[in-house]
Amino acid sequence: MSMIHVRTTVNGDPQEFLCDPRETMLDVLRDRLALTGAKEGCGTGDCGACSITVDDRLVCSCLMLGAEADGKEISTIEGMADGEELHPLQAKFIEYAALQCGICTPGILVATKALLEKNPDPTETEVRYWLAGNLCRCTGYDKIIRAVMDTAAEMREDA
Amino acid sequence: MEYHSPASFDEAVSIAKNADGITRFLAGGTDVLVQLRADIVVPDVLIDLKKIDDTKIIARDDDGWHIGVAVSGAEMSEHPELKREWPGVVEAMDLIGSTQIQGRATLVGNLCNGSPAADSVPAMIAAGATVTVAGEAGDRILAVEDIPAGPGKTNLAKGELISSIHLPSRGEGGGDAYLRFIPRTEMDIAVVGCGANLRLDGDTVSEARVSLGAVAPTALLVEDAANAIIGTRLDDEAMNALAVAASDACNPIDDKRGTIKFRTHVAGVLAKRAVKIAYDRAKGNK
Repeated sequence: MSMIHVRTTVNGDPQEFLCDPRETMLDVLRDRLALTGAKEGCGTGDCGACSITVDDRLVCSCLMLGAEADGKEISTIEGMADGEELHPLQAKFIEYAALQCGICTPGILVATKALLEKNPDPTETEVRYWLAGNLCRCTGYDKIIRAVMDTAAEMREDA
Repeated sequence: MEYHSPASFDEAVSIAKNADGITRFLAGGTDVLVQLRADIVVPDVLIDLKKIDDTKIIARDDDGWHIGVAVSGAEMSEHPELKREWPGVVEAMDLIGSTQIQGRATLVGNLCNGSPAADSVPAMIAAGATVTVAGEAGDRILAVEDIPAGPGKTNLAKGELISSIHLPSRGEGGGDAYLRFIPRTEMDIAVVGCGANLRLDGDTVSEARVSLGAVAPTALLVEDAANAIIGTRLDDEAMNALAVAASDACNPIDDKRGTIKFRTHVAGVLAKRAVKIAYDRAKGNK
């Protein structure tokens, strides 16, 4: 099977790779680009652990082929912090202990960052619906929601 | 698996026509990739449609709305005018999956996946939506209700694919709605779905279309249900006749998600509620 040549942008940097037509974007990120922040939980688009953005649109990278990344702007959890400086959401998740095992955390951070860029002042209900596709089996969600609400409030004050 | 990303529908038709084995078209991929990865349907030829011009447009002209085959649910929900004119269709699409799924999932994908429980399909049928089907002999226009042939099956021939979807002009005094029953609040598949679309002349229903999902091998256009409310102001007698007609049209399966008796009953209940919402929207739309 011939490989497909893909040119894309990942976290602002140009990237090129060869991939099999069946390879998902998640496989490409983890196995070819060594970006292992996105996790495979279910592989069927139910759990959100593989969340990334493609041209600023939140998607599951397990339900996208690597070949589809051609010409797109991909953002992953690895691009969220600015060097050593954590994104406010990352800092707040630590402060609130909004994670336990951490498998779902990269996906939840990518998803909530996309939410706050679209809606800087979401209600708790809006946050919960937005994150309905990000499953967490540890926290019971409460700390996550509180961390997101507090980050949103703080980011609005700083803006 | 071969992966193609043609630049035109003509090219897509030609690839599909000459393909050996299983062919699948890729737009949002939220069903195609799940089936691929689970080894349920592993295509020999996969044709990605997103490099074709106009597959991402939402446009309106005198004939109504034209929606590209790769337009995602999220893009529909973010389109205020589409949402104002066809709230039922937009809400039905928006019920499918999570935020992440909404970022990719499409109306045409939901239709061609062939699930009897597809949420957007009854809403499109009620709206009177049509699709342009591209094929070797040129384009033809089909009603949405003529596409599904049964669970997982469509009436499209080898080398045919849907190239665009159309919603009629809303016009004066119209309203639509879609409701589904699921045992939770989010992220589930319809046990029963119902679409309603009507037009008012004063307070009287002058035109109506009522559709049902998840209660038969395909989504249904239920003309008897529409006839029960046409010429009425949705008085109790008309509403009860509507519910009976909706329940009578059901031919559901019995499974752990809903019994035949339950689905049949709920179809009538949802029909009344969806028609009421469509009526209220039509009243506000004058």
